[in-house]
Amino acid sequence: MGKVRSLNDLKNMREKLKSKASLRKKGGQTEKVVQVKVAMATCCIASGSRETMNYLTDELEKRNIDAEVTQTGCMGYCYAEPTVEVTIPGKDAVIFGYVDEKKADEIIEKYIKGGELVEGIIPVNYKNIEEIN
Amino acid sequence: METVKLTVDNKKIEVPKGTTIYKAARKLGIDIPVLCYMDLADLNIEHKPGGCRICSVEVEGRRNLAPSCSTEVFDGMVVKTHSMRVLNARKTVMELILSDHPKDCLICPKSGNCDLQNLAIKLGIRETPYQEFSEMSTYRKDFSPSIIRDMDKCIMCRRCETMCNEFQTVGALSAVNRGFNSVVAPAFEMDLEDSPCTYCGQCVAVCPTGALTEVDHTNQLIEDLSNPAKTVIVQTAPAVRAALGEEFGMEPGTLVTGKMVTALRRLGFNYIFDTDFAADLTIMEEGTELLDRLNRHLKGDKDVKLPILTSCCPGWVNFFEQQFTDLLDVPSTARSPQQMFGAIAKTFFADRIKVAREDLVVVSIMPCLAKKYECQRDEFKVNGNPDVDYSISTRELAHLIKRANMDLNNMPEEDFDQPLGESSGAGVIFGATGGVIEAAVRTAYEIYTKKKLDRVDFKQLRGMEGIRHANVDFNGLEVNIGIAHGLGNARKLLEDVRNGISQFHAIEIMACPGGCIGGGGQPLHHGNLSILQKRMEAIYREDAGKPIRKSHENPYIIKLYEEFLGKPMSEKAHHLLHTHYIDKSKKIIYMK
Amino acid sequence: MSEYKLHLLVCGGTSCRNLQSDTLAENLKTEIDKQGLTDVAQVVKTGCFGLCDKGTVVKVIPENIFYAHVKPEDAKDIVEEHIIKGRKVERLLYTDPDKKQIRIALRNCGIIDPENINEYIERNGYEALGKVLSEMTPEEAIKLLIDSGLRGRGGGGFPAGIKWDLTRKVESSIKFVVCNADEGDPGAFMDRSILEGDPHSVLEAMAINGYCTGSNYGLIYIRAEYPLAIERLKTAIKQAREYGFLGNNILGTGFSFDIEMRYGAGAFVCGEETALIHSMEGLRGEPTMKPPFPSVEGYLKKPTNVNNVETYANIPVIFSKGVKWFAKIGTEKSKGTKVFALAGKVNNVGLIEVPLGITLREVIFEIGGGIKGGKKFKAVQTGGPSGGCLTEKDLDTPIDYDNLIAAGSMMGSGGMIIMDEDDCMVDVAKFFLDFTVEESCGKCVPCRVGNKRLHELLNKITSGNGAKEDIDRLINLSNVIKDTSLCGLGQSSPNPVLSTIKNFRNEYDAHIDDKKCPAGVCKALMTYFIVEENCVGCTACARACPVGAISGERKEIHYIDPALCIKCGACEERCKFNAVIVK
Repeated sequence: MGKVRSLNDLKNMREKLKSKASLRKKGGQTEKVVQVKVAMATCCIASGSRETMNYLTDELEKRNIDAEVTQTGCMGYCYAEPTVEVTIPGKDAVIFGYVDEKKADEIIEKYIKGGELVEGIIPVNYKNIEEIN
Repeated sequence: METVKLTVDNKKIEVPKGTTIYKAARKLGIDIPVLCYMDLADLNIEHKPGGCRICSVEVEGRRNLAPSCSTEVFDGMVVKTHSMRVLNARKTVMELILSDHPKDCLICPKSGNCDLQNLAIKLGIRETPYQEFSEMSTYRKDFSPSIIRDMDKCIMCRRCETMCNEFQTVGALSAVNRGFNSVVAPAFEMDLEDSPCTYCGQCVAVCPTGALTEVDHTNQLIEDLSNPAKTVIVQTAPAVRAALGEEFGMEPGTLVTGKMVTALRRLGFNYIFDTDFAADLTIMEEGTELLDRLNRHLKGDKDVKLPILTSCCPGWVNFFEQQFTDLLDVPSTARSPQQMFGAIAKTFFADRIKVAREDLVVVSIMPCLAKKYECQRDEFKVNGNPDVDYSISTRELAHLIKRANMDLNNMPEEDFDQPLGESSGAGVIFGATGGVIEAAVRTAYEIYTKKKLDRVDFKQLRGMEGIRHANVDFNGLEVNIGIAHGLGNARKLLEDVRNGISQFHAIEIMACPGGCIGGGGQPLHHGNLSILQKRMEAIYREDAGKPIRKSHENPYIIKLYEEFLGKPMSEKAHHLLHTHYIDKSKKIIYMK
Repeated sequence: MSEYKLHLLVCGGTSCRNLQSDTLAENLKTEIDKQGLTDVAQVVKTGCFGLCDKGTVVKVIPENIFYAHVKPEDAKDIVEEHIIKGRKVERLLYTDPDKKQIRIALRNCGIIDPENINEYIERNGYEALGKVLSEMTPEEAIKLLIDSGLRGRGGGGFPAGIKWDLTRKVESSIKFVVCNADEGDPGAFMDRSILEGDPHSVLEAMAINGYCTGSNYGLIYIRAEYPLAIERLKTAIKQAREYGFLGNNILGTGFSFDIEMRYGAGAFVCGEETALIHSMEGLRGEPTMKPPFPSVEGYLKKPTNVNNVETYANIPVIFSKGVKWFAKIGTEKSKGTKVFALAGKVNNVGLIEVPLGITLREVIFEIGGGIKGGKKFKAVQTGGPSGGCLTEKDLDTPIDYDNLIAAGSMMGSGGMIIMDEDDCMVDVAKFFLDFTVEESCGKCVPCRVGNKRLHELLNKITSGNGAKEDIDRLINLSNVIKDTSLCGLGQSSPNPVLSTIKNFRNEYDAHIDDKKCPAGVCKALMTYFIVEENCVGCTACARACPVGAISGERKEIHYIDPALCIKCGACEERCKFNAVIVK
């Protein structure tokens, strides 16, 4: 990746990145990838999120599910660590709490494969900056 | 200059911008009590860490109290230095300090001379309210050859740290640990003896309490004086006579040479001698060495080391042995006057009075704490027997005289004994910064030029400035002389020598402010450095009053060479009067 | 497997469960079963919605319809009306489920991959920097920051823009911009979370600061105990350099700025600017008197602008969203949001970000989901060891910098510890003093010795040796420590003592006069004894007692000798008849 040489360069770059991502979210023809984000801040890792992330990465691959597992920072729901956000193409993201290996298995089998929600959903209780005009 | 107007205790004053409340109040004659604060203006040191909070005052409109030592005034400021809020806070803070301070004042070496004690009296502290349940911070007592650290008594004023790090740039002391357990100590709380400490004693000179004191040899001395099998002789350093009187309430700068001699004689010393005699001897050796190096240099000898550095000051010797080990061959090899005296006393004089070396006790009275260490060095022992048995400080001598029910004020004046009691004025001025080099110039000039000096006073070499330099015309040869007092100043000159850019032929270095007159063993100046100035004047007064002003004209010195040593830098002189230096750099590994 | 058409999310947060949300969920399932709708709708219990005063909350997705105050008996209506007939149940409808939290500083935390700069850029990252560098002068940018009303989030609340302006005005060819990441309050971890979750936002803001104040050097002072944050920062710095957001000629504007890291050993006092700077210089981490302020004379004697992590995290948003947008959030004098680490006896412990002006009640009872185990709320400690304890009467006070001070506490860096009826307030004060005694640097007397004595006095009281006059001594000593300490640590360390005395004087009195700890926390004040009626003489307690303090024959009433008892509680644990009690 070369250097970003101006503000315009940056804006173009952002647009490119955004359209790629929105393609993913809309479940467009080219990509039909399940997005899995695991909260991986220090406290999350201390509550076992690394194990959860490894499990999800391995199992999704083993079970032949086209998914992308990434790490992210603290989601704020420290009482329910480890927390995992799952986005199925075409649907809103859902955050699950207390995701140990057993729960992760349930999420894969029921939600990701079948669209059936499982217990342990953490409702998003905040507004992000995009939601405020 | 920009000024601001303020009101202190209802009195108005206008002061330059940047003045502290404390100084503004002083101008009004209002003396706000301080404890950790120390103003050594002559040394460009104003120590105001704002740590003790005793000097807190009330500033109108300010949420909390302000430490007056370190708070700058502003225009329209209204200060109250003794409101009830201030007095209560001051008392409570003092009670807190005392709650973590041993109450053994009765047997404390600092008793009667303690800033903390004086403040407790001033603030009228009558109880210690936290006593019954409170913990004290306690530390291992640390004994070094010169200095005792009893950190139970440390109040964290950090004055010692400033002297050690900023003024001396030695870096032996700094605060360690945190919170209630914080204390000033060598790194990792190692013993002072293992640290880069030079024993200059400037930490002791500024310590407000009994946390830092000298190793006391007076009891040993009393034992030796009362032992009929021992012959006890004493040598007194030049700076002692210019300060000892202060301990007896005399004006700073009062010379008490004769009274001191009488007191020593009455204390029971068998012979009262003068280190100044040995100072003259030092000049003979060091001056000769200077001329030798100078001549070789002028003849184009590239190996000759210049500038030559004086080596009379044991704190300074310790300093370069640790921090400038690459320059160990630069200083003069001449021993200090104390050690030259000891070497002559235990050979020449012991023979003369037919006393065995082991039965002769040589005591020195010194303004210095490093001297206690110096006389214990192995280089200055013969078969384990030291040339100087031990050294006591000016303060210890004062205590001893008082202990013997004597008062220096009404003491008659007597003379030193001979043959080691006669000195020239050159020996006397060793006590002040610049004095050694002036003494050396008086002799070197006459030997080099083979001419008599018309005027022996080299005023350009005198003064209180930290680093000074002067040129002396040796009949067409410009001799460049540098002078530094304080090891921080010395470091600057030393760096130049190390980097090969020093322009000097000779440099005199003294570890303490003002030279020996400001030594770590002198009566405490309590931050008033004008006292040093007065001591210095006294030294030069004594010199001016001497019939002989030049070392090489001292008849007893001439005789000593004739009868015993041969000539300066002879083999015998080399054996008895010169030394070598030791690489002690491992001591500062921790510092890097 | 076919997908459900509808999902009924039933709040399973503690407070809703107290309102029988479990039964509600069961009832809903039964109704759905009865109606043969098991393939159409699914009932799922969720975590807390943060709407506890509206419990039980039910959300229907994908329609995103909220029902509030739903009782178990409402199940039938919901199934029949909403699922079958497709009509909303009007009487339960909760039309405006306004979320209490607003995430500005945490906007990317938990959303982007912190080790992937593209995800930051995708969310408008570095555009604020680009905008400031290309379109604004430093003066304009600082004016905007001043107008935004952003105050330092590290604790003091000094207006950030004014601080920047101070540094800008000092003439110096070398200036430094510092990020204070020496987060030290017990229980506070928002700075760490930001650095771990969104490191680029801090880097971007530091570069903006550099441009505004005229500095080309940035330093992040971070405690070595934050290894993950350090790693992510290093990665972020590397990426930012590769993309040209750090380094020479940033975004082609000619402005150069780079950032280095400095590690602290985790001393609380190094959060204080001057101590932090000394620590960075390799000196002992001790504060010095201000003035000179670091903005004018700081690191290596050069002008140094120190800001806290959370402050920085806000800054790119202010520039990209604008002053008006930002100033809408918060109160008159305290704009924007504040991140709090919610801890203690609250159901939803965690990291929250709320608009300033929100009440403590909303934070604790809605976002926090109320008190654990249905216990009674007693106090909330804000501002960490420098703050104070607030009580029931303060719950409806809007949280901002000034109100908290007026109530006897402070904002601090954002620790918020909730205490319930089982917490002894004397013990709480002692806990915080324990911390300050440990963390005092030792430089000034009131903090070094005074806090130690405060702690000893509290210890004396909790161990049953308190005397009446000890309270006056605590108050006087606290006031003098506040009045005379050198830095913010000592100036605020007695706050927990003063505020607990003020609000819970009765607890102090109970410890001193009755030698009792009402909350049953202070061991020395507890007595174990045997209730005669319940004791069957089984000897279990006597056998369990490690010090032989319990005597009694088999089948006879036992007795605990209080002089021997060490209050270990083994007897109470062992007794099957509730015969051992502690008072």
